[in-house]
Amino acid sequence: MASKVKAICVAALLMLLAMPAAALLPIQHWQTKSGARVYFVESHDLPMLDVSIDFAAGSVFDTPEKSGVAGMTLGLMRLGAGGLSESEISRRMADTGAQLGNRFDSDRGGLSLRTLTSQAEMQQALDLFIRILQKPEFPAAVLEREKARATGAIKEADTKPQTLLSRNFSEMVYGSHPYGLRGSGEAATVATITRDDLTGFYRRYYSAQRAVVVVMGDITRDAAAALAEQLTTGLPQGAPLATLTPVASLTSAQTRVVAHPATQSHIMVGMPGIRRDDADYFPLYVGNYILGGGGFVSRITEEVRSKRGLAYSAYSYFMPMKERGPFAIGLQTRRDQATEALAVVRQTLADFLSGGPTADELSKAKQNIIGGFALRIDSNRKIVENLAMIGFYDLPLTYLDDFTVKVEKVTIEDIRRAFARHVDPARMVTVIVGGEETPAAPAAR
Amino acid sequence: MEQPLSMKLMRAVLCLFTLAATLVSPFVGAQAQTAEKTLANGLRVIVKEDHRAPTVVSMVWYKAGSIDEFNGSTGVAHVLEHMMFKGTRGVPSGEFSRLIAAAGGRENAFTSRDFTGYHQQLHKSSLELSFRLEADRMANLVISKEEFDKEIRVVMEERRLRTEDQPRGVLNEQLMAAVFTAHPYGRPVVGWMSDLQNMTHTDALDWYQRWYTPNNAMIVVAGDVAAAEVFALAEKYFGAIKQRAVPARKPQDEPAQVGIRRISVKAAAELPVLTMAWRAPVLRDVENETEPYALEMLAGVLDGSDAARLTGTLVREEKIANAVNAGYDNTQRGPALFMISGIPATGRTVEELERAIRRELAKIAADGVSEDELKRIKAQVIAGQVFERDSIYFQAMQIGSMEIGGYPHRSIEVMLKKLQAVTAAEVQAVAKKFLIDDSLTIAVLDPQPVEGRKPAPAIQGLRHGQ
Repeated sequence: MASKVKAICVAALLMLLAMPAAALLPIQHWQTKSGARVYFVESHDLPMLDVSIDFAAGSVFDTPEKSGVAGMTLGLMRLGAGGLSESEISRRMADTGAQLGNRFDSDRGGLSLRTLTSQAEMQQALDLFIRILQKPEFPAAVLEREKARATGAIKEADTKPQTLLSRNFSEMVYGSHPYGLRGSGEAATVATITRDDLTGFYRRYYSAQRAVVVVMGDITRDAAAALAEQLTTGLPQGAPLATLTPVASLTSAQTRVVAHPATQSHIMVGMPGIRRDDADYFPLYVGNYILGGGGFVSRITEEVRSKRGLAYSAYSYFMPMKERGPFAIGLQTRRDQATEALAVVRQTLADFLSGGPTADELSKAKQNIIGGFALRIDSNRKIVENLAMIGFYDLPLTYLDDFTVKVEKVTIEDIRRAFARHVDPARMVTVIVGGEETPAAPAAR
Repeated sequence: MEQPLSMKLMRAVLCLFTLAATLVSPFVGAQAQTAEKTLANGLRVIVKEDHRAPTVVSMVWYKAGSIDEFNGSTGVAHVLEHMMFKGTRGVPSGEFSRLIAAAGGRENAFTSRDFTGYHQQLHKSSLELSFRLEADRMANLVISKEEFDKEIRVVMEERRLRTEDQPRGVLNEQLMAAVFTAHPYGRPVVGWMSDLQNMTHTDALDWYQRWYTPNNAMIVVAGDVAAAEVFALAEKYFGAIKQRAVPARKPQDEPAQVGIRRISVKAAAELPVLTMAWRAPVLRDVENETEPYALEMLAGVLDGSDAARLTGTLVREEKIANAVNAGYDNTQRGPALFMISGIPATGRTVEELERAIRRELAKIAADGVSEDELKRIKAQVIAGQVFERDSIYFQAMQIGSMEIGGYPHRSIEVMLKKLQAVTAAEVQAVAKKFLIDDSLTIAVLDPQPVEGRKPAPAIQGLRHGQ
């Protein structure tokens, strides 16, 4: 680590990096007997423990016919397990004061627990957590009720412009790739879900070999190792981890206008972006900070909001996933300003692609990302999130230590090359919800 | 992962109220090793040292929220919050954000009914930058017509995003307007659209001159700092700012409600929503009152966890509702409400849901609550105290909001003890006493099909935006 720190020549940055935060995060890593990967940080500052376990069991494993099974499986795990009913589980969990959480996205499905480390409370909370993980019962009556609730929520969501925006955007960006399926499923597909679908999904995808366990807090390495074994020994055999279908590139620009009575148009422009393991991750990350990721100081916010007052929120992001997650630019603006705002966004992107960032922009971006590095790991919660990400996406154990070095190495030319490779306005989709009568000009030049 | 949602959180306005708020939130994190000092100009400085990581959160709070506004210029507290980023005599527009960003910082601001706050999260070595910039905009803000005319459009977009196009946002706004006829809590924090359309840069300037003075402000710093050094820095940067007299605040007390009120709001949505809001006591005497604590426990018995009564009975067992929440926030400058809100299950009506909620309340009034239920809520309060210490941001927020509400932050300890002492009989008594029809307002969202609805007419022609 010391040698890496020395590689950074800017004195001010060096001063910040020499702070103990990065160096004092000793991540311990091992595999359980059952093959689960474990990431552990011991910390005795607070008398509490965080545990999370994520599986390659996100909505990417859904099918169009049964869209929603992945999310419903995870949702029902805590609603009846190991001989306890849903109310017994929630009563016992509440009695300990522990907090049980779910994580669900296209790639991952998982559970987390935050508990006090006082013996009685921790034992009871972990006992429940393990039952939920290893012995979910998926009671049929609970499933019927949850299907009805989910259907109501989906129909409600579909009245909202922001949902219509993300749905149409995903459909157009991903076509038939399962990343285009939404995690909630559709009203029609949720209706067809059976108990067998859930037990089947659980058995296939909630296996130790597909699992990443994170433990952080006030316990010893030995206790963490024993806990990791306990968490994973009783899991199903499961399907082996296989590579996902790659995301196909778009071949042309497309624009879709969706009717909605809202006072604002919701606009999103984008395309498939990058995988989490893409070599261009850092140039794109730093470049996007300058383009639309850097809050008040990004170009998109400057042009759309600060200079013209067209929107409250305007942004761009890459969301790297196992396969290519989206690159998107989004904003909301009064309907009669939609064409103007869209033109501003397109021009801002075009300028960035042709000219790249300035030396000053790049240097300020690095100052922010590097200077603010300590903020990424200044609580147990944030550290657990980082470990879960490092584990699930198979990033090196030195990822956090290397982070600032990699950011520092990014050049203007790296950013230009990376954006030219991954961002192409001639192959982007544009969705306008609540737009004007005449569709805005298409993206192709 | 990147942070795709971070932009959406920018310059967040604290909500008027949050139905999902659980009872424990105002009471957790009671670690009172703080240091406090008041400068000669009346500026209070409170420091919470936490040395787990080399970071710091720095906040400046002003006791100026929508509660201090007048009709005709509602929303001005929040508009001023936006203008605080638009430059001073020495720092050009946008430069505040650029300097904080270049120091690796994250920043934002919030406006609520009770206060306006500005905060930066930084490496500890940059605290001085935060103080220099905050002190500068406390004293030297420039509000130009040109910058105002652009920013007021941003605020109107914010209102469209958060309220106009959010059926539940409109419902809540209308509910508050129905509950409070005299008290300023009846008006939205973001302001009525008409008031925003007619606001001028001089309205914002008046607001700034009235409230932005050190004796109406408070600094809260939490993180890897030494209190003595923070006090010295505060003296260096804020010490020379002259104080001004703060105008007298009139209470604008809400008259007693003498009968049930019902409203409905039509909006493009799929599901109806039912919200019931009872006038309830706010906590004033931390040591000697008991009823606010008992109401807090009542909210917990109803909705303190998945195991609580409303979800357990109405959602899980009887399937009358898709969701039900209860909330009661009793530490604030103005009057409190006890609220229950729910969404009927498909095929069920708001009338059925209302009857079921009333039946659950009647059960508590008649039979009381169990010791197990109380123990469960208390266990969560105790655990919450530990969990919240994980976040220095939360700790600073808690200290600031308590103090602005008029409660010494050290009284959190007392509140926790009082909460632990609540008995089942006290919970039963407050349910009987306060959850009565005479002080109840009911708001219903009446869903309308999205298709075929004409767009609301776009607001044209800003008075000052040409």
